[in-house]
Amino acid sequence: MSADKDEDPRMNGIKSKIRVVPDFPKPGIMFQDITTLLLDSKAFKDTIDLFVERYKDKNISVVAGIEARGFIFGPPIALAIGAKFVPLRKPGKLPGEIISEDYVLEYGKDCLQMHIGAVQPEERALVVDDLIATGGTLCAAMNLLERVGAEVVECACVIELPDLKGRERLKGKPLYVLVESH
Amino acid sequence: MFAAENGLKGDPRLQAISRAIRVVPDFPKPGIMFQDITTLLLDHKAFKDTVDIFVDRYRDMDISVVAGVEARGFMFGPAIALAIGAKFVPLRKPRKLPGEVISESYVLEYGTDCLEMHVGAVEPGERVIVIDDLVATGGTLSAAIKLLERVGAEVVECACVIGLPEVKDCCRIKGRPLYILVEPRLSDECC
Repeated sequence: MSADKDEDPRMNGIKSKIRVVPDFPKPGIMFQDITTLLLDSKAFKDTIDLFVERYKDKNISVVAGIEARGFIFGPPIALAIGAKFVPLRKPGKLPGEIISEDYVLEYGKDCLQMHIGAVQPEERALVVDDLIATGGTLCAAMNLLERVGAEVVECACVIELPDLKGRERLKGKPLYVLVESH
Repeated sequence: MFAAENGLKGDPRLQAISRAIRVVPDFPKPGIMFQDITTLLLDHKAFKDTVDIFVDRYRDMDISVVAGVEARGFMFGPAIALAIGAKFVPLRKPRKLPGEVISESYVLEYGTDCLEMHVGAVEPGERVIVIDDLVATGGTLSAAIKLLERVGAEVVECACVIGLPEVKDCCRIKGRPLYILVEPRLSDECC
């Protein structure tokens, strides 16, 4: 589901601050740039507040953020709801013992890693990233958490590209987004 | 300057923050005792205390920009920016930022690297703090300072959770002050 755009007065401010950059990283892609949202401290705060309001009473003990833009939104949410923050990183970055999850890209594959011991079995987890496109990265993130026995309560993104149907790749788990971009 | 020598001597939060940081030997290569802040992020109180100490220091200093160095600077910077009402500006590795950028190269032990910032993110005359998890040689922070000064901003201070011994006696980077919460620990044993 997405935040009710017609009712919450904060939504327009957030959507208007996202910059679209054509042909990045390659021709034909309209890149959704959240860095301009971060330049507006009220709109950035509203973004975090909307997620915090949704999750603060849901007994979430883990906020997992996907490198690197998930690191911008995840920690403020985690701090506000009393949860730990767990970074999910590209290979070779996390220094301790890790588990890895491969996933498929348009061309080739990539890999996401999480520290062993960061998340305990049965912890309730939220996965955060700036944007969901095909859902491949979020699915890999969910797999990492479920492999250590955690329960993924929901995936949360600022932006969804609904035409890419990423929502359907989340193994039946719910997705919450603030802004849809067609 | 270290926080313990600058108003926070004996502050129990600093000890808890230091203990929450895990030391991983021989990462990324033999001989390096890697200071791993991910365990600090798992300790909600210690993580919150870390952010609060920086917020308390900067909230009345008219800071309008918090610039965070990719990627671990992203874990601390935004929370500080939100609390003090400043913008957050990510300083990134090459080709990650989609718009028009300025770039600053810097020297590594072997080879060079490069930091980029969006054109237009920071205006001339803005007061900025630069945040990263750790400062070692100061090379990355120097590049960050140069980027910000090139657009006419004033870097008020660089702030890091951990400061390696190289900077202990030299508390400025390119003439700008450096504020550090804790020193690295040598190992995870005892303490």
